[in-house]
Amino acid sequence: MKPPAFTYCDPDSVDEAVALKNEYGIDSLVLAGGQSLLPMLNIRLARPEALIDINRISDLQKIERWSDVLEIGAGVRQYQLEEHPLVQELVPLLPQAVKFIGHIENRHRGTVGGSIAHADSAAELPCTAVALDATLVVRGPSGSRTIAARDFFQGWMTTALEPEEVLVAVRYPVMPWTAGHGFVEVARREGDFALAGAAAVVNLGEDGRIASLAVSAASISDTPVRATAVEQALAGELPTKENIARAAKEIVPSVTSGDDMHATRAYRQHLATVVVQRAITAAVARAHERSNAQ
Amino acid sequence: MTTSTGSKYGTGQRTVTVRVNGRDVTREVSTRTTLADFLRDELDLVSVHLGCEHGVCGCCTILLDGHSVRSCLMLAVQADGHAVETVESLSGNPAELHPIQESFAEEQGLQCGFCTPAMVLRTKEIIETGRELTDAEVRHEISGILCRCTGYQNIVNAVQSASAKLRCGAAGAGCGTAATDDSTGGRH
Repeated sequence: MKPPAFTYCDPDSVDEAVALKNEYGIDSLVLAGGQSLLPMLNIRLARPEALIDINRISDLQKIERWSDVLEIGAGVRQYQLEEHPLVQELVPLLPQAVKFIGHIENRHRGTVGGSIAHADSAAELPCTAVALDATLVVRGPSGSRTIAARDFFQGWMTTALEPEEVLVAVRYPVMPWTAGHGFVEVARREGDFALAGAAAVVNLGEDGRIASLAVSAASISDTPVRATAVEQALAGELPTKENIARAAKEIVPSVTSGDDMHATRAYRQHLATVVVQRAITAAVARAHERSNAQ
Repeated sequence: MTTSTGSKYGTGQRTVTVRVNGRDVTREVSTRTTLADFLRDELDLVSVHLGCEHGVCGCCTILLDGHSVRSCLMLAVQADGHAVETVESLSGNPAELHPIQESFAEEQGLQCGFCTPAMVLRTKEIIETGRELTDAEVRHEISGILCRCTGYQNIVNAVQSASAKLRCGAAGAGCGTAATDDSTGGRH
């Protein structure tokens, strides 16, 4: 089995990668970690005229803090998020979520930008980017622009990236130290795509009520879904088991995936409620731990 | 065509130098050749087994700069300047097996042998982390490689046995029995 013929380009700068993207446009694909693209090439679902391999661009490999933002280069490997002290300290939801991406062999190659640009709605990094209100930095022939994560994912594997643009970094707002987070997935086997997944970040007020809550869900629609109805249902409430269970049901109307070989819509609606409930519960427990430790 | 950045790139051949099992190897490769095909067809390293060729079975796992990766999901040109390790690096001599290979034989951690090179390399990587793992954790760590014969239990035993041997071998430190538990290792 081998991929179809393509022009192989391995630029060593972002500028050159953008120039190549500008030249080949929609007939080119960016090769990052290859964990989704190589299968698509091997089984010839993808037949790009040019492959632009960004693995040699060292500018895309950085993890840097800019005041209240942690900027992670698009080429950073997923396993690095599990181990990097800055990520663990400043955006601890990421190391937790990343562990659910495939298997370690995939995370050794797979990149942060690759997963986000691929925009599989079952994927962990798009889902967490939406929960964390991350900002995506993209570069095109006329310069850089930023796109909010919740505007980036537009449809089934469709993003706001233009054909001549390259995703260069993801900016994550630093999570407050007292924030709690949770990430939960249900899959039939270890490492499989999630049947449903959810991320939650919570901040509790001094009265123990929910001061702010962000929830997103994976694998329930064409894109990762920000669960605003769930968030609103819990705003200012005490995070009791009953309140969380009641609010989690608000995810059901967001489940737009139809019946498929993996699950019926009814089962996905049930699972979505379960993972949202568990993610919020885990986030609240963690927030309590943090405030007790203070 | 105007000033074309792409003109310096092509569809054809590239010269690559890869450090394979400790030796630098330079070859001409077609840019669309996967690393797995390169190792098998050009270098005769046929321990790199191809099952699915789209990243599901894990039987083509190799170590790239010490990290386990699926060699069917990389192009050979991407390995240029990097170090690759296949199971041939451990021991090619049945009379002098590496302790990990020995443990797989002793514990019958294989039946047909198709996933075995990948399992052995992954075991090496797991042991090199220096962490003592429970059986459930071993199951989690090897979950990226499919075995259709053993039911995994004997592989888990082989990993634990090899891990104990190598830990004991390393300056005689930490020579206890491997941690075990009764969990079946399911995460969900």
